[in-house]
Amino acid sequence: MIPLSSYLILGAIMFAISMAGIFINRKNVIILLMCVELMLLAVNINFIAFSHFLGDLAGQVFVFFILTVAAAEAAIGLAILVVLSRNHQTINVSELKNLEG
Amino acid sequence: MENIYLAIPLASLIGAIIAGFMGKQIGRAGAHTVTIVGVGISFILSLMALNHIVFNGGAIYNETVYTWMVSDGLRFEVGFLIDHLTVMMMAVVTGVSLMVHVYTIGYMADDPGYQRFFSYISLFTFSMLMLVMSNNFLQLFFGWEAVGLVSYLLIGFWYKKETAIYANLKAFLVNRVGDFGFILGIAAVVMYAGSLDYVEVFQKAPQISNQTMSIGLSEWSVITVICILLFIGAMGKSAQVPLHVWLPDSMEGPTPISALIHAATMVTAGIFMVARMSPLYEFSETALGFVMVIGAITALFMGLIGIVQNDIKRVVAYSTLSQLGYMTVALGVSAYSAAVFHLMTHAFFKALLFLAAGSVIIAMHHEQDMRKMGGLKKYMPITWITSLIGSLALIGVPGFSGFFSKDSIIEAVHYSNVPGSDLVYWMVVAGVFITAFYSFRMYFMVFHGKERMDQHTKEHLHETPWVVTLPLIALAIPSVIIGWLTIEPMLFGGYFADSIFVKESHNVLAAFGKDYHGQWAMIQHAIFALPTWLALAGVGLAYYLYIINPDMAEKLKTILSPAYKLLDRKYWVDEIYFATFADGGRGLGKGFWKLGDVALIDGFIVNGSARVVGWFAGVIRHVQTGILSHYAFAMILGLIALLALFVK
Repeated sequence: MIPLSSYLILGAIMFAISMAGIFINRKNVIILLMCVELMLLAVNINFIAFSHFLGDLAGQVFVFFILTVAAAEAAIGLAILVVLSRNHQTINVSELKNLEG
Repeated sequence: MENIYLAIPLASLIGAIIAGFMGKQIGRAGAHTVTIVGVGISFILSLMALNHIVFNGGAIYNETVYTWMVSDGLRFEVGFLIDHLTVMMMAVVTGVSLMVHVYTIGYMADDPGYQRFFSYISLFTFSMLMLVMSNNFLQLFFGWEAVGLVSYLLIGFWYKKETAIYANLKAFLVNRVGDFGFILGIAAVVMYAGSLDYVEVFQKAPQISNQTMSIGLSEWSVITVICILLFIGAMGKSAQVPLHVWLPDSMEGPTPISALIHAATMVTAGIFMVARMSPLYEFSETALGFVMVIGAITALFMGLIGIVQNDIKRVVAYSTLSQLGYMTVALGVSAYSAAVFHLMTHAFFKALLFLAAGSVIIAMHHEQDMRKMGGLKKYMPITWITSLIGSLALIGVPGFSGFFSKDSIIEAVHYSNVPGSDLVYWMVVAGVFITAFYSFRMYFMVFHGKERMDQHTKEHLHETPWVVTLPLIALAIPSVIIGWLTIEPMLFGGYFADSIFVKESHNVLAAFGKDYHGQWAMIQHAIFALPTWLALAGVGLAYYLYIINPDMAEKLKTILSPAYKLLDRKYWVDEIYFATFADGGRGLGKGFWKLGDVALIDGFIVNGSARVVGWFAGVIRHVQTGILSHYAFAMILGLIALLALFVK
């Protein structure tokens, strides 16, 4: 039986990877979106692991909600991405600096 | 009687309201009918009141009609005090007002503001009646301000004329100065007497007279402060030096109101008020001395200006100032009855003179320069004879009403022991000569001598219509006889015993009364007295300078050019006020505007705070790099910080 700590470590690693992806990535907005999704999945793993080991189904129910929201979010994110690339002819993160003060 | 007293002011008010708000519907004839009926009712009821109080010995009425509010024991009321002083004032005010109403039909015949004018003068009559009938300070103040308002409206009646607007603003501002003193005086009365009611305040006067208050570094007697403050109000309303500057300019208004408001009634409100407050003034020698000196200065120096005026109305205006000075002098020597007596006779003959001047102005097609008149006697016989009567009454020719009143004032000053009364005596005596000179200078320039008007005006010269001449005649009669008829009861017969209080030691009229042996004896005595001779000398000099040797006047003008300049510029008082108060006020306003508004509020507080926000934003905006990973990093840092803070 795989202990709880392994799941948590997996989740932490996934979370760290996705965070590194957000920080390091300067090129592509799609990668950013993917990293965000990955971050959510890392959290989901934690939820499910705790749910299983504590015998509480609420954690798994929560995961369903998060997946739903993540799907909606991905849809909106991609839609924004399409509009963005139409208006700016680029999806390069380092070039999207309209908010610079 | 209460209903009658109530109806007296209300009849005029109703007339004013109807003519004012429904002027279009009732038309011109309707407007003058309704106001004349209203004022006529007031006049008849006033005569009934006079008859009731004076001849039938009716009880003095002192009641509250309406209580507005009671605040901390202080009662704000509308009430009437009807005694001998009041009924006399009521009869004079409504009588002269009625004459002026009738006269206005002729004078304003072609004016587009006909209904408005009638509404205003009726409103004035109401206000003045409220003022004189009042039994408390609050209502007095109401009447005081209301007559001031109507005066303002009427001076600026021709509101498209720039000089008229200038004059009415000036009158309003100068009166504000006086009214400020007046309301401070009322406040002091409330503070020390704790009441607004005349009778209650007068009862407390002896107590108050022992108290002192500190103003700045010095101690002042409370009663002196009250009296002087109230008198400052009177100085504004009755145009005493140094608040006299508005009255000559008020002649920009139509002549009927110059007669009614700026000669006969409103300007005498100050005199009336001081006479009414005699139980207060009697306790303050200082205030009385102040009153006397101001009056004497006004009487002499304003008369002098009258000599050099060429505008017919301005001559009469300066004459009014000078006569108001006489009344004030009488108040100052505690001869209140003489002041009120002169007020009454003056109301008749000065209204007469103004209306006669107005009649001349109508005939001359609204030309007011006396240098373009002359020889009008044969064209306008009624105006001529009534003017002559008015002038004779004004200069105090023995037998005319002005003689009795003015001579009484001069005698009262003569008998007075107030410090400085000797000098004041000579000032008022000199004033007699000056009065005679300017009055007859005007008379000769207008009615006698060469006809200096242009051909066109001359062809159209004719006597004015009956609505103009009737009031002249109606006013000429009392100008002649009223002095003879009323001097005995008013000055020596105790007519004012119930309304005017004079301390035994101040009672100059009683001293004068001992030497008084009837009107006829007074006339005989006057024939050998200095004032009469001075008056005749004044007339003689005017006759010589303006009829026999008209070039002489011009020559004198060049010889005495500094003196002429001094008088022509009215002692530069207007210029001084302009340089100090008007420009000073404007300068102060500009200073506040530049420093307070532009620099401090707009510059520092409003724009300054905006600039600080802008600067701070300029610094802080560099945090916003626009690079997504920085935002994400900030989010993570925030998350970690929150976790560190809340998760133990």
